[in-house]
Amino acid sequence: MGEVTARTLLSGLGVSAGAASGPVARMGRPPALPGARVVADAEAEAAAARSALAALTEDLEDRAARTSGAAREILEALAMIAADPLLAEAVAARVAGGADAPHAVTAAFDEQAGLLREGGGYLAERAADLEDLRDRAVAWLLGAPMPGLPAPGHPFVLVADDLAPADTAMLDPADVLAVVTVRGGPTSHTAILARALGIPAVVGVAGALELADGVVVAVDGDLGTVRAGGSAATASAGRPQTRVAVPATPGRTADGHPVELLLNIGSAKDVRPEAEGVGLFRTEFLFLGRRSAPSPAEQRAAYAEVLDLLPGRKVVIRTLDAGADKPLPFLGLPPEENPALGIRGLRTAAGLPQVLDDQLAAIAQAAAATTADVWVMAPMVATPAEAASFAARARHHGLAKVGVMIEIPAAALRAHRILRHVDFLSIGTNDLGQYTMAADRQDGRLSDLLDPWQPALLDLIGHCADAGRTVGRPVGVCGEAAADPRLAPVLVGLGISSLSMAATAVPAVHAALAERTLDQCARAAARVLDADDPSAAREAAP
Amino acid sequence: MPERTVTVGSRSGLHARSAKLFVRAASAQPVPVRLRVGDRPAVDARSILAVLTQRVKQGTEVTLEADGEGAEQVLAALAELLGRDLDEEGEGARADG
Repeated sequence: MGEVTARTLLSGLGVSAGAASGPVARMGRPPALPGARVVADAEAEAAAARSALAALTEDLEDRAARTSGAAREILEALAMIAADPLLAEAVAARVAGGADAPHAVTAAFDEQAGLLREGGGYLAERAADLEDLRDRAVAWLLGAPMPGLPAPGHPFVLVADDLAPADTAMLDPADVLAVVTVRGGPTSHTAILARALGIPAVVGVAGALELADGVVVAVDGDLGTVRAGGSAATASAGRPQTRVAVPATPGRTADGHPVELLLNIGSAKDVRPEAEGVGLFRTEFLFLGRRSAPSPAEQRAAYAEVLDLLPGRKVVIRTLDAGADKPLPFLGLPPEENPALGIRGLRTAAGLPQVLDDQLAAIAQAAAATTADVWVMAPMVATPAEAASFAARARHHGLAKVGVMIEIPAAALRAHRILRHVDFLSIGTNDLGQYTMAADRQDGRLSDLLDPWQPALLDLIGHCADAGRTVGRPVGVCGEAAADPRLAPVLVGLGISSLSMAATAVPAVHAALAERTLDQCARAAARVLDADDPSAAREAAP
Repeated sequence: MPERTVTVGSRSGLHARSAKLFVRAASAQPVPVRLRVGDRPAVDARSILAVLTQRVKQGTEVTLEADGEGAEQVLAALAELLGRDLDEEGEGARADG
């Protein structure tokens, strides 16, 4: 495989705006296990295997000591597994039986991983930990690069095949200048995370993994390009400005029609105090990577931290959106053949009602202690009955403003019936697009079907907005469609009352609305709905 | 062999955080300790993998065994630990950190 070192231009899909350059650091891949060796000195081989496990344990303990919170708990648990006497004995037994150290480690760890996987649920999650540790121990023995997130000791451009939610939980945004991945589409986890952190990102870059570590690349998240071969001298010293200020004036069209411009956030660090409010507070990051559910007290504190930054303003909190695509170990959800269509979002509450009730109680308590206007909504609602059931539970906890997300076409088509039970709707265009077009969000090859300008998706959004206007209840958009400054006026023209997006997108959307009257927006929306495909739709809304 | 039976007090049983705290305490003892659940064979209490695969829930009775000098004190200390709700205590530790 030839490594790209000369001046080379790679291209993909820009999914998070901004430009940055810096040295490449690749996500480490698991080492390839060489053929078995004949062991001459069994004692030396056993000592090498012990040293590998000891080095692994020490490294994990060091890293645990330098972090805090969920990341620390994960690293401590991994260190304890690496130091497990049961594993050490199994490795020693295999070396005594004639195996070389890498094969002894692999066989012993795989056997334990198999036992855990049979246990299902929480134990099966630990099997993946064992496989990660196995790869690290084998890499140590072979002198190969360590798998996992790189730690070159300086800021870098992260290059990976794809990022899993678990990788992103461990990612330190202070060190990552830009993200380049081979896989992923515009609404993949990589894209959403990068936008939330204000890190430029390009996905769908074939050949990205051939960029050698240390090669300086210039990443343009607007154009979707990755240019290799610049000199270190042209590398920008730091990351681009990430703390974009949000306009201090509320969103309005040119003729003064108000459109709330809200933030999508994952925690208090994403809040901009000058924002109009928060339209989507994702609560998963509080739960991700956890071995046990955060206690009601810890949850209450995390919600209060956000609410206290936004006195008097609207904050829409989404209840836990977990599933097999966003696995949470403590929920013990089994792996699924087709996670996007399985037990996720509000559906998890049927089997685990306590998790939702604890969360609603914690939200209600945090809300009672603040002046922020707290709204709560459930993800992945399909039917009016589900909406009614969620609304009843949330109101039972004393929450006044209760809504649901519209991500499933069935819910969009019956929006008027769902609005009999809830106070508002919020349209998640990423999932609504995936389910409307039957196109996997994570598959970069389908990005044209996942285009938020698909007229079928816009039809459903318009249908929901009409249902809201009929009964005078707000209908917002919190998917990535809301962050597109050309599409935002169209959404307003369809009757959408609020748009929620990453803070970095607010200035451009604010400016786009200020240039157009509500009537111009409505006429653009009518033209767009008359188009047959995304490119015609874009041309219809200049 | 000296042994002691105790009812597990942690909400999550011997899982996640509580298992980690128990294994860490067992590993720090001067004598080896074994954990027995029901009529299953006893396992090494210093092995997180062995402890986790016992799938102990809150309210389950488990038996600790140890032999050698100071075994009684070791069993008393570990039994006291298992009887507490370590998940509840975890919250305080995290809030401080």
